[in-house]
Order: sequence, then structure tokens, then C-alpha cells
Amino acid sequence: MKACAAVLFTIFITFPAAAEVDKRARSLAATCAACHGTDGKSVGGTAVLAGVDQALFIRQMLAFKSGQRKATVMHQHAKGYTDAEIEKMAAYFSAQQRGE
Amino acid sequence: MTCDRRAFLKIAAGGTLLTAFPNIAFAAPELLKKKGPRVVIVGAGFGGATCAKYLRLWSDKKIEVILVERSPTFISCPMSNTVLGGSRSMQDITHSYQALGKKYGAKLIRGEVLAIDPIKHTVNLAKGYLKYDRLVVAPGIDLLYDQVEGLSQKIADEQIPHAWKAGPQTALLRKQLEAMADGGVYLLSIPKAPYRCPPGPYERACQVAFYLKNHKPKSKVLILDANPDITSKKGLFLSAWNTLYPGMIEYRPNATVTAVNAATRSAKTEFEDVKADVLNIVPPMRAGKAADLAGAVNVDQRWCAVDFRTYESKAQPHVHIIGDAVAAGLPKSGHMATAQAKVTAAAIIELMNGRQPDPDPVVNNTCYSMVSDKEAMHVANVFRFNAEQQNMVAAEGGGVSEKFSEEEGSYAKYWAKNIWSDALR
Repeated sequence: MKACAAVLFTIFITFPAAAEVDKRARSLAATCAACHGTDGKSVGGTAVLAGVDQALFIRQMLAFKSGQRKATVMHQHAKGYTDAEIEKMAAYFSAQQRGE
Repeated sequence: MTCDRRAFLKIAAGGTLLTAFPNIAFAAPELLKKKGPRVVIVGAGFGGATCAKYLRLWSDKKIEVILVERSPTFISCPMSNTVLGGSRSMQDITHSYQALGKKYGAKLIRGEVLAIDPIKHTVNLAKGYLKYDRLVVAPGIDLLYDQVEGLSQKIADEQIPHAWKAGPQTALLRKQLEAMADGGVYLLSIPKAPYRCPPGPYERACQVAFYLKNHKPKSKVLILDANPDITSKKGLFLSAWNTLYPGMIEYRPNATVTAVNAATRSAKTEFEDVKADVLNIVPPMRAGKAADLAGAVNVDQRWCAVDFRTYESKAQPHVHIIGDAVAAGLPKSGHMATAQAKVTAAAIIELMNGRQPDPDPVVNNTCYSMVSDKEAMHVANVFRFNAEQQNMVAAEGGGVSEKFSEEEGSYAKYWAKNIWSDALR
């Protein structure tokens, strides 16, 4: 019973959210998925981006971009995106459930 | 493995008389009667599988997706060179298609596409035809055996594997290396670019050298490259060859193999005849046959021109081409195929709903090369659509590793784990 209620609750809250999805943000975020998992739900080794704090995500990406944070590959990716795109990704990832 | 067969829909035979004439559309029955919006995808490699998953995911399962694939399982080209090196098994790079059906509701049909009618919007299989609203062709590559005298599909399957599509030939090549005596020569020939996975051959040289160094240290790796120079990560590969496998790898540029002799185990270039104990001849490549069936091959009789906002063919409306078959300034990699698949999935959903697709798509590529069992390096780029050039252009900031390292070796493994999951689960 408890499980049923939880499922119903999830359905009600995710439907309106799905209708309002920013597709540009979703597509930008999907470019991270090969390494960071579908919707940022990494299955191993890389950072889980689903449910990330928006400000933290933006700060890290900008630090990669400026070279302030050292990386093997992330500085190269971060430089390819505009600041506005990084903000969109942050919003999308922060709205994802961490774990299934 | 046996579960995978069950994951594919069993299409009842439409009568033996009819299947004897598979190209006669009127005689064959319609398979899976079309009732609503539908996309048919031909080919379930990195591109096709990812496109199926994301079409279902992003359309809230409102678009029916039928995925046609001839192989029972997904065998990953990325990481397949490590099977030759011995640090992974065939099983490690083989994955099930099951979740695409179970979790996402894509319908999988195991079979070979025999004909495509881009005017009538039909795809013919042996037992009948499928109707579609939009077709995605993710055909991968075909090998041009006829450009190397003495080579054929049969000889490649049995004696001189290219192993450029991961599968039985990968296992055969590994077996040949295991059977080779210490002091033997392994010959790898590389075709002129463009070919699938630009750094792949040089990674393979590392992996074979890794195996030989540990088991047959007197042996040699000889590379005959049709290109004028190492086409990808040159400095990094040279550094790996010189530090990890000193004296083992010999590289000859501008060396196109034009003929082979399976009986004498030799290869011929414009300049010389070379004998080797294991011949690994990778012939030139083109878009896979399904792209021809769709009438979408229109660049150099090999590749397919597309609109990079939708991946719709420039030759055939409502037909989308993704992956290695696309003519582009984009690397032919599994990662890139998944990126194109997502742009295509998003665009098809918009188009089928009468809306404009994203006018400014962005994709990226990260390509790791394993230079030993533990060490790797990468090349990474973001690519953005340039409306003026109608092309994808590398964005600022891309580049290669500073050096190969164990840290990147770990990231390469995590990359594989995540991209397999992103495409299939």
C-alpha cells in the first residue's frame, strides 16, 4: 500500500515536470551522458551529475574552463560550451533524481 | 545469451513461397501493422541502439520504435583491441539488447534488411515489410574487399581477419596471435582515411605489442599505413611505442597494401612484398549496405551527406543517417554515433510533432586509446553546428592528453562502462 501511494505520488509530480522540460537543456545535458550516464546517473567511476547542486556544477565547469581546476579531459569539454549552456545543463541535472 | 533471442520478436513465417521472392513487396505481408507514429531503425550499433532508447525516452513512449538488427548481441568495437592484448575477453565486450525492449519498449526484430522504398516508406525483410513515418539508417561500415587483390569476405572470416567490426574476426585474430611462434611478425595494414575509428589501428599496434612483449618478446609488429603519417594522437602513440615497446613496432607510412596471398602469407605494396606470420589487413571502408538500399549514398559513392540539425539524408527525405556512414568533419567513433543518435532522436520528435528542431545542435566526442592493460590517453572535442558552412565545426578547447597514464586508463574503463549503459540500458 505504502509502495502504491509512493508510485502514485511520483506519477503526479513527474507528469507536469515532464511537460515543462527545457529540450535544449536536455539535449545539452545528453552530451555528457556517454561518460556520466543517462541523465547524469553515472554507472561507475565518473561524477554522478543527477541531482547536483546547480551553483556547484556551474562553479566546477567554469573552473575547468578557466584552467583553475586541473583535469585530464574536462577542461577540453568545458571550453566548448558557452556559460549560458553550462547554466542550462546545471538546471537540467539538478532536477534529475539521484539514483533510480 | 539465450535470453537475447527471446528479446527479439519472433516474426511468424509468411509462407515459404513468398519468402523465396523477398523483393516482391506485394507478395509479402505487413509485419507489425502500423497503427500510430512510428520510426524504424536499421542497425543496432552504438548509433542505432542509442537512437531507439532516446526516441522512446524523450517521446514519453508515444512514438513506436522498431529496431532491426542482424546480430543477436551487441559487440563493442571500442575496447575490442584489448581482447587482442589479452586484458579483456570477448564476453567483456558483448552486451545484451534486452533492456531496449524490456525497459524502453522498443521492438527488436532480428533480421536482414533486403530492400528499402523511401517513396512508399517501407523496409523489406525476408518475411514481410514494415511501414515507417521516419527511417533511421545506422548501417556502420562495409569493407571494400575488392580493393585488395586476393582478399574476400571468406578469406577475411577464415584466414586474414580485419577485425574492424568486433566479433568472430576479433576472436580469430587473437587465436592467430596465440598460435604465432616467438620471433614472428604481425603485420597490420591501415587503409586511407576516412575509416572507422582514426586512432584504432595505432591502439591495436600497442595492444598486440603488449601481448607479444609479455609472451613472445622476440616478435615484431609491422605497420603498413596507406596514410602519409599517423592520423591521430601522433605524439602520444610515438611516445607509447618508444617507451612501452621499444624496438618492437616498425611504422611505414605511404604504404598501401594492394594484394595479399593467403597461401604464402604475404602482402604486396607498390614498393615491396612483405611476409608475415599473422596478417591483419584492414581494407578501405564505405557506408554499410543499408545506406545504399535507402538511396542515401551520395558522397564519393561511399558516404552519406546529411543535414546536421536532423541527420536527415540530403538525398532522401524522411531517411536519417547516423554514425560512421555520415560524411562529415566528425570522427567516425562509437561516441560520435551516440551523440548523433541523440540529436536525431530529438529532431525526429520535433518534426513528427510539426515543430522546428533545435537549430544549433552541439555534440562532443571523447576517444580513449588503451596503450597497455592499464594505461590510456584520449582526444576530446566539442563540435557545434555552423549555419554558414552547414557543417559541424570543432569548438575552442579540444585536444589530446598531456601524456598517457594509468589515471586515464581508469577513465577509459569508466567511459566504456557508461557509454555501453547509455546506449543499451
